[in-house]
Amino acid sequence: MTTPYKTIVRDGLWENNGVLAMLLGLCPAMAMTTSATNALGMGLATAAVMAASSMLVGMFRSRITQEVRIPVFILVIASMVTLVDLFMNAWMHELYKVLGMFIPLIVSNCLPLARLEAFAGKNSTLPSLVDGLFMGLGFTIALTLIGAVREVVGMGTLFADASLLFGPAFKFMEIRLLPDDTGILMMVLPPGGFLALGLLVVAKRMLDLRAGKAIQMGGAHSAA
Amino acid sequence: MKAQHVLRHGMILGTFCLGFGVVLAISDSITVDDIAARALEDRLNSLSQVIPASIHDNNLVADAITMKNELDKEITVYRATREGQVTGVAYEIFGTGYAGQMKLMMGVDTQGKILGVRVLAHKETAGLGDKMEVKKGDWILRFTDLSLGNPPPDKWKVKKDGGQFDQFTGATITPRGVIDAIRRGLELFAAHKEQMMDISTSKAPRKEAS
Repeated sequence: MTTPYKTIVRDGLWENNGVLAMLLGLCPAMAMTTSATNALGMGLATAAVMAASSMLVGMFRSRITQEVRIPVFILVIASMVTLVDLFMNAWMHELYKVLGMFIPLIVSNCLPLARLEAFAGKNSTLPSLVDGLFMGLGFTIALTLIGAVREVVGMGTLFADASLLFGPAFKFMEIRLLPDDTGILMMVLPPGGFLALGLLVVAKRMLDLRAGKAIQMGGAHSAA
Repeated sequence: MKAQHVLRHGMILGTFCLGFGVVLAISDSITVDDIAARALEDRLNSLSQVIPASIHDNNLVADAITMKNELDKEITVYRATREGQVTGVAYEIFGTGYAGQMKLMMGVDTQGKILGVRVLAHKETAGLGDKMEVKKGDWILRFTDLSLGNPPPDKWKVKKDGGQFDQFTGATITPRGVIDAIRRGLELFAAHKEQMMDISTSKAPRKEAS
């Protein structure tokens, strides 16, 4: 049987998207999406952790017994998060100053754990890596979308301060769409996070319905 | 049989812990110097914004003492010297904003005149309270060159409270906290001027720290 990489990629990015379909990892999806730039940075850090931990679990899955799998998964995720934290602090310090306090929170994000339990624990190294990576990228896309909606409506800008995060070369990303002080500030505050997420989930389901697909109900259950 | 199982699971978990422990220890030893260097750069960077380079020729981080502020909290006081003469000091000040404590760094010259104030850390609302950050607005720059007598003490308030400082759009509590922190910081300097500027005390704690 050939590994259905195409399905894995599609699942991760759209069909089974961690935030928009499974509604997992909502804590960072709410807290870190006050701007598209922060959301993108947080998403990429999470994707790195997910790819690395999925690969490791896929690699060692035959050695991990049923009984101790959950502590081992958490150990793997926590170690990867610590590594990302250390390396980012040392070598990507500007990014670290923005994301630093949120990186430890990746440990408590249930999406990486859900993917280890649902996929990497049952599949070999390469498919697990692909699953972790694309689930992570799907998470990044969802977060960036939420962040973009909140930032445009709330502040009138898009990708503000992207050059602080990724370097001066990314100055071109910084766009002002609405005049200063015209935004609806609530969208940047916590209620706006729920509103933006809710509207995006609706948008995804409408697109799926239009394409004639059955809506997956039950959120997290589809992952387990 | 049962005990064997427990032992086996324990071994598996233990092996993973050991393995990742070693990986983390190695990574830590690789990055520890870089991380310390970055932290020092950050500190020097925030100090250079409140102490102009023209007034000192010393290493600000080296010539530092710790003392207790008015809230009995330990703060580090960095001293700027030029040719052995103290020309200014910089220290952390704390204010209460809308969402908890705000940490600022303030530099003052020997006369108690503000050289500069910058926000180091805060949890204020993005888009409202964060206009005190220098990269989001020039509000915080207005305090430069002011001192305890200028404006008079009862004017060290936001306009809403009868003072002379503008609050910014939509936020009063944040600027109120910042102004209060600055005023208390200046009072701290006025009360402990000798201790804060006494350069002879700086060498000892430095050796302990290094």
